[in-house]
Amino acid sequence: MSIVAGCDVGSLTSKAVIMKNRKVVGSSIIKSKVKPQESADKAMCDALSSAGLGFDDVQYCVGTGYGRNKISFVDKRISEISCHGKGANWLIPTVRTAIDIGGQDCKAIKLDGTGKVENFVANDKCASGTGRFLEVMAGVLGIDLTELGACSSKGRSPITFAASCTVWAQADAVKLLNNGTPFEEIGAGINAAMASRVAILVNSLGIAPAICMTGGVAKNKGVTDALEKIIGHRIQRVRKADPQLAGAIGAALLALENMNGRGS
Amino acid sequence: MIVAGCDIGSLTAKAVLMKNEEILSTAMIRSMPKPQDSARLVMNSALEAAGLSMDDILFSVGTGYGRSQISFVDSVESEIACHGRGAWWNVPSIRTVIDIGGQDAKVIRIDEQGNVTRYSYNDKCAAGTGRFLEVIAEALEVELEEMGDLSLRSTEKVNISNQCVVFAETEVVSLINEGKEVADIINGLSRAMANRAASLAKGIGVVQDVAFTGGVAKNGGVALALEVALGYPLKALNIDPQINGALGAALIAQENLKQQQAST
Repeated sequence: MSIVAGCDVGSLTSKAVIMKNRKVVGSSIIKSKVKPQESADKAMCDALSSAGLGFDDVQYCVGTGYGRNKISFVDKRISEISCHGKGANWLIPTVRTAIDIGGQDCKAIKLDGTGKVENFVANDKCASGTGRFLEVMAGVLGIDLTELGACSSKGRSPITFAASCTVWAQADAVKLLNNGTPFEEIGAGINAAMASRVAILVNSLGIAPAICMTGGVAKNKGVTDALEKIIGHRIQRVRKADPQLAGAIGAALLALENMNGRGS
Repeated sequence: MIVAGCDIGSLTAKAVLMKNEEILSTAMIRSMPKPQDSARLVMNSALEAAGLSMDDILFSVGTGYGRSQISFVDSVESEIACHGRGAWWNVPSIRTVIDIGGQDAKVIRIDEQGNVTRYSYNDKCAAGTGRFLEVIAEALEVELEEMGDLSLRSTEKVNISNQCVVFAETEVVSLINEGKEVADIINGLSRAMANRAASLAKGIGVVQDVAFTGGVAKNGGVALALEVALGYPLKALNIDPQINGALGAALIAQENLKQQQAST
């Protein structure tokens, strides 16, 4: 019996997963705190208590995410790309292209049959096409981030944003709201703009099915539906676990491999 | 022979009245939601200053992003042509104009006659435009107008690593939390702005003399950083650098009027 943990400290949320014999037995998603160490502590404590376990039960722990270098309790730190690839493979074993949209970045990862990374492209330079774009725009509309996805099925004629820049789109959305445009139509336009930006990144990598989407934005149906249309491929829905946990799951799986001496 | 130039920008609207190659009056206001309203108001203000009325104007040219919506102008001209012409008329030795407005940045190369030979611009991304300064001024709770002086008072080098305005805003907030001085952060911002403009300029080649125009040219911090980034001094214009586009429009109005009179 082996108990391992993965801890993914992201810019907006921190995630922890406890695995026992390659099965998720505990997990948590929390809003990131100012200090990555505090985020990691809280996420781990929550995940452990949901599994009914203690820190001492964990035999090996891998840290990932942008705050990984500041987590003290991990045995090893591994890049987000490797962890997300591994996690996507566990969620959907046939996956060859994993698209992960985080709070401040977007990654498209090409995988082999075992979840090993063959190639990847990422954007963390521009807020457009990342979770931050949706966050800012939801703020303009005065709705919760989780309500944005539904706009795409309600907005009759989605508006088209002229520029992909978050700052310009924000100004355009304010103008549209002031002109009385229904927020659903603006919301639908936001989801479409997000999808077209992500599609550019994914297309630059080249698409091999099956495709899956992870990260918080995978829960936004408006974006996933629009992205399917643009790239012309079906996107496998992640059901085995919360798609936002992909990085932490991958970290836990790599913890297991490392513990067994198979890791690099 | 009285002519007018009217430059309706995203943030400010400018008008210049000229008589026989001499400036009669200028006006500048903050742009209103409707370009048409901005145009009428700024023109009236310039006319009042010169003690004239609309009927006295024989030819007027509109420019700027709102130019297509000004009803009273006789023709419209691109901002590129207007900025080139304005700077060349003001200082004939100018060969490169770097203009940073509220929502764009342009670099224009002109020949000995003031005609545009090459240009390059960015209006797709808020980074490197006046909006960048605006957003950060708000985050730091300082006035846009005092940013230049604050920048020059910097004593410690602080670099802004993010190009994206949205990400830079977050970075600036954490720099404040780390205890960095506002003046040092603003200086970092000035250098970031200047580097962005300089790389746009280097893309088409920089030839001396170089003029810096637009609202951002009034920011001494950015101007100094731009000289360093370009490796060339900036040649000062004898006018408010923000009215250069409207001046160019008035000059083109004068030429159009001459042509019109010659052909009838």
